[in-house]
Amino acid sequence: MLSVRDLGVAFGMVQPLSGVSFSVNKGETLGIVGESGSGKSLTAMSVMGLLPLSGGRITGGSVEFDGQDLTKLPERAYRKLRGGRIGLITQNPMTSLDPLQKIGPQVDDVAKLHLGLDGAEARARTEDILGTLRIPEPSLICERYPHQMSGGMKQRIVIAMALAADPDVLIADEPTTALDVTVQAQIIRLLDDLVKERDLALVLITHDMSVVAQTCDKIVVMYAGRAVEHGPVEEIFDRPRHPYTQALIACIPRGLDDATRLTGIEGTVPTVLNYPKGCPFHPRCPRAEAICATDPPEFSVAGDSAAACHFAEVANAQPA
Amino acid sequence: MILRYTFQRLLMLIPVSFSISVVIFMIVYLLPGDPIDNLLRVGSSAEDRAELVARYGLDRSLVVQYFVWIGNMFQGEFGQAIVLRRPVADLIAQNLPYSLTLGGLAFLFSSTVGMALGTVSAIVRHPVLDRFMRGFILLGSTVPGFWLALLLILLFSVNLGWFPVSGAGGWQSLVLPVLTIGFGGVALVARVTRVALLDAQREDFVTLLHAKGLSSGTILFRHLMPHALLPVVTILALRIGWILGGAVTVEFVFGRPGLGSLLIRALGQRDYPVVQACLLMLALAVMLGTLIGDVAQASMDPRIREKKS
Repeated sequence: MLSVRDLGVAFGMVQPLSGVSFSVNKGETLGIVGESGSGKSLTAMSVMGLLPLSGGRITGGSVEFDGQDLTKLPERAYRKLRGGRIGLITQNPMTSLDPLQKIGPQVDDVAKLHLGLDGAEARARTEDILGTLRIPEPSLICERYPHQMSGGMKQRIVIAMALAADPDVLIADEPTTALDVTVQAQIIRLLDDLVKERDLALVLITHDMSVVAQTCDKIVVMYAGRAVEHGPVEEIFDRPRHPYTQALIACIPRGLDDATRLTGIEGTVPTVLNYPKGCPFHPRCPRAEAICATDPPEFSVAGDSAAACHFAEVANAQPA
Repeated sequence: MILRYTFQRLLMLIPVSFSISVVIFMIVYLLPGDPIDNLLRVGSSAEDRAELVARYGLDRSLVVQYFVWIGNMFQGEFGQAIVLRRPVADLIAQNLPYSLTLGGLAFLFSSTVGMALGTVSAIVRHPVLDRFMRGFILLGSTVPGFWLALLLILLFSVNLGWFPVSGAGGWQSLVLPVLTIGFGGVALVARVTRVALLDAQREDFVTLLHAKGLSSGTILFRHLMPHALLPVVTILALRIGWILGGAVTVEFVFGRPGLGSLLIRALGQRDYPVVQACLLMLALAVMLGTLIGDVAQASMDPRIREKKS
């Protein structure tokens, strides 16, 4: 359905994203994971064609959707896809709705715009969708303002907006990061059900490996603006071959463990201005050698997955 | 909801107006000189003077004078002008329409032109336009009205002869005063509009509006503009008072009748009742402006409506 190939993004002379590839089909959930600053959100914005808003541009690669390359699509045609066939769910529900407008009209807009419904029809559809998202009393909610609702409720409204025109692809950029833990689980389950019920293709961007393990079919691990490993979720979790993926999995908290408590990865994510040469992860990598600082690693394929590490074969033998 | 909010704001004006009335009343007495000197003929005796002072009630204590004054105000009784020897109410009624016309037009001019300029400069984002706007805003907020008035008179009235130098004849006599008073307002409103629009553009929800597939034009007029209007309305409301204050000198320079000219003349003659009435009018206008601004904001922003009611 959606296939991104070798995507590169630049802001002026800076190149925060390069060589990102993935694809996702109907009824499938793809997880994009990585720490903050790894380029996950940029990837989402590129697919939505919204990079120019923040002054960025796509410098290479393609974003193929339904047989057409979106990077070459004129703005007018792109607008029909946005909200119509590709829905976006953003990170912070507290700030993602217009505070001056009631909920109803904000959701109605989508069906009016993409399905050509009139006011009453769009409202009926809005209430219908809010109902399926387990929002109580949709007609009352439509008359509320965003500040009168909780974060979890607002995120459901955002999901309702993304779904209003029955899209094929849903891109969820950290949909639960700003929510309470209990609400997080509800939202993730909701998204999971939607994929199955509506045969959606879901791109789930998150830094939460446990969410990925629960919901995703495939996964792309990103680091410093690059994809470092990708493949089916079981393979990646069973046999992570990139040291960064191994470290991420090692960081998943596993119950109330004795002394280990929470583990982290030493060092910090490089900013776009000081991406290291060679393998971007080498300064923090426990198994880095001289070659890692000079030569960028190629993808080493094993089964359905691939890892960009000089020692992918060796790492494979020693799962974390 | 909005009615209740308005009522609450009105109630809050009561203590404010009381304090203002005290200040206005007192400030006049702090001025050196008094109106009786303007009435006495050269060589008048001390008795003549005492008699005049008593006639206008100036011999009573300040507190008594204040309550007499404020009591009369409540009955719509503005008193008698001491030097001009006419009812103050007549003077106000005669001059107020001129001020309202001038102020209203200047307000209209600065809000419409200012908002248009601000919007264009927020959207176009061209470096040359940016620099021009910054220069214009700096000029607009620093050039004093009376000086600008003189320049405009020199250019358009004296040299080009397009508009009359002074007076209050037809619409032609309004053009230059309106330009003078509105100029600073245009610059201010343009700046606020521009900044507010740019701020609104950076809000998170704008990304989602684009993601819904809305066009940039729709987003600008249906979503960004209402947000930008909030600070603009505040500024405009405060501007009402500023415009009237600015009108004081500008009316004088252009030789137009109006509250401002009346005030300046009365000040020169220490004509207390007139000065007090004029100041009270200006203060009322500022308070009304603020009230209108608050209510307008509350009617646009549901968050304000709820917080304060």
